[in-house]
Amino acid sequence: MAKKQKEYKPSRRELAYEEHRKSPEYAAIDTKSMTLVIRENETTVAALEKAQKTAKVLSLVLTYLFLGFMALIVIFPFYWMIITSLKSTTEIRASQQTFFPQAVLWSNYVKVFQSFDFVTYLRNTLIVGIISTIGTLITTIFAAFAFARLEFKGRDFLFAVLLATMMIPGEMMVITNYITVANFGWLGNVVGVFTSMIVPFWVSVFYIYLLRQNFKQIPNELYLAAKVDGKSDWSYLWQVMVPLGSPTIISIFILKLMGSWNSYVWPNLVANKQEWRLITNGLRSSFTSTSGEPEYGLQMAATVLVTVPLLLLFIFFRKYIMKGVGRAGIKG
Amino acid sequence: MIKKNNWKAWLYLGPVIILMAVFTFYPLISTIGIAFLKDYNYLTQSSKGFTFENFGVVLGLVGTEYQGTTYYMTDVVKYAIPNTLIIVFVTVPLSTIISLLIAVGLNSIPWFKKIMQTIFFIPYVTNAIAVGMVFAVLFDYQGIINFITGQMGTPWIDLGASQTRAMIALCVYIIWHALPFKILIFLSGLAGIDKQYYDAAKIDCASKFRTLTKITVPLLSPQILYVLITSFIGSFKEYTAVVGLIGRQGTSAGSKNMYTVVYYIYDTIGNNQVQYGSAAAVLLFLVILAFTALQFWVSKKRVYY
Repeated sequence: MAKKQKEYKPSRRELAYEEHRKSPEYAAIDTKSMTLVIRENETTVAALEKAQKTAKVLSLVLTYLFLGFMALIVIFPFYWMIITSLKSTTEIRASQQTFFPQAVLWSNYVKVFQSFDFVTYLRNTLIVGIISTIGTLITTIFAAFAFARLEFKGRDFLFAVLLATMMIPGEMMVITNYITVANFGWLGNVVGVFTSMIVPFWVSVFYIYLLRQNFKQIPNELYLAAKVDGKSDWSYLWQVMVPLGSPTIISIFILKLMGSWNSYVWPNLVANKQEWRLITNGLRSSFTSTSGEPEYGLQMAATVLVTVPLLLLFIFFRKYIMKGVGRAGIKG
Repeated sequence: MIKKNNWKAWLYLGPVIILMAVFTFYPLISTIGIAFLKDYNYLTQSSKGFTFENFGVVLGLVGTEYQGTTYYMTDVVKYAIPNTLIIVFVTVPLSTIISLLIAVGLNSIPWFKKIMQTIFFIPYVTNAIAVGMVFAVLFDYQGIINFITGQMGTPWIDLGASQTRAMIALCVYIIWHALPFKILIFLSGLAGIDKQYYDAAKIDCASKFRTLTKITVPLLSPQILYVLITSFIGSFKEYTAVVGLIGRQGTSAGSKNMYTVVYYIYDTIGNNQVQYGSAAAVLLFLVILAFTALQFWVSKKRVYY
C-alpha cells in the first residue's frame, strides 16, 4: 500500500526569493564586479593570498641566502689555497690580509718542482693506485658474481660475515698487518714496500656489496638464455654481466683510485724512505718545519698540485662518482 | 634448472677469501691476542706471557717500571679519550643537522640546483691531509680567520695555542669535510620521498618547520640512521684530520693534548709498544660495537621503513 505523495508546497521564504529573482533590481546587480569578503580576523582572501605569496618568496630568498652562504664557506678554502699559493711569505704573514695577491708569484710553483719531488711522488702514487685498483676490480667482479649469480652452500652466511667486517675499525688490523708485512720481509726494499702498499688493498667489501646489488638486478632470463646457447659461466660473466654492470664498475674504479691518491696512514708506516713515498705523505712532510715558520706559499702551491688532479677527475666523472657514493645510502 | 655449483663458486671467491684471511681475519684475532701479551716485542716476536695489564696501562691505572721508577701513562685518559668523545659528540650531530638543512634546501629550490649540488660535493673529492693544511693556513695566528674576527696574533693551532681553541678549529674542519657525503646521501633519500605527502601537508596548511619535522625527517630516517652510524664509527677513529690540520700531537712542544685514540694507537707502532696499541684498539672496537648496537636498538623504535 503506497502512501499518496504529498504535493510540493514551496515555503513563504522560497516564494519571496523567487519573486525577488524576477524583479528588475535583481537583474541590475552586476555579479562580475562583486567581491566575496570573508571576514576572519579582519583579513580578506586577497590579502591572505598575498601574504602566502610573500611568505613563499621570502622563504625562497632565505633558502637561497642560506645555501649561498654555506656554498661560500665550502668554496672559500679552495679560493684561499690558490690565492695563498701565489703570494709571498711576507704578504701571507702581513697584518693586513689581502683577498687577491698584490704581486702574483708564479715562482712558488717553480720552487715546488725544484724542492718537492712531485714527479717521484706522482709516479709512486700512480703505480700503487692503478695496480691496486685493477686488482680490486678483478677480486670484486669475481666475488660479486659468485654472490649474485651462483648458488652454493653457506652463501648468505659468508656474505653476512663479509658485511660484518665493515663494522670493524681498520685500526684493529693495522698493527698485525704491519708485523705480517715485516715478517714477509717486505719492508726495506722497493718491491716489498710497493707490494705491501698494494696487495692488502686488493679487497673491498663495500665495493663487492655495491657490485653484487648491481649484478642482482640483471634478469634471470638472460642467464638461462646464455645457458641454452651453451655459454659457460665465465663467458656469461665477461660478455653479459660486466658490460651491464659497467657504470658501477667505472664508479668503483674512480673511487678506488681517489682512495689511493688520498691514502696516508698505511703508506706512512710502510714507505720509510723518501723516494718510496706517496703524494700525501710527501706533501705533509714538506715545507712544514724547515726554519720553524712554515713556508705557506710553497706549501699551498704543492697542495694545489695534489688537489687539482682530483678536481679534474671529479669534473670528468662527476656522474659516476656521485652515483657511486650516493648509492650507498639507498639501502639504508 | 640452475644446479648447485659449489666448487666453482669457491674458485671465484678464492682471491677474496685468501686476501681477507691474511689481512682481515688473522689480524683481527692476532691483535686481540697481542693485547693480552706482557712486554710483547714485535721485532723479535717475544713476550713474557699472558697478562691483563696492557688495558690497565692504556687507561693509566697500571704503572710501567723504567730504571727503578714507576711511570703512569695518562695521555689516553687525559687527552685521547676526551678529545675523541668531543669530536664524536660535537661534529656528528652538527654536521648531520647542517647537511640535512642544506639537502632540504637544495631539494626545494627551482634554479641553480645542479650547480649548487656540485659545489657542495667538492670537499668530498679532496685529500684530507691537503685540505687540512689549507685550514692550517686559514687558522694561522696571522691568518684570515683571525683577520676577519679581529684577533690577529691569537693562535688557534700554532705552538702555544690553548687546547680549547685547537679543538674548535679541528671540529670546524671535520664538520666542513663531513658535509658532502651526508648531503649526497640525504639528497638521494629525499628524491625517493613521494610528493603526495607534501601536497597533503600543503592542504592542511602545515608550516615549513612542521613539514620538516613531521614528514621529511621520519621519511628520511633510514638515511639518517645510515649517516649517523657511519659517521659515529668514522669519528671514533679520527686521526688524519689531526695530522692534516695540526700535524703534531699537541699545541705545545712535547704536549700530547691533541691526541685521539687512533693517534695513540699509531704512535705505539713506532715506539714498539704494540701491546698497548692492541689493547687500545680492542677497547675502541668494543666501544664502537656497543655504540652501533645501541643505534640499531634505538632505530627499531624510531626508523620508519
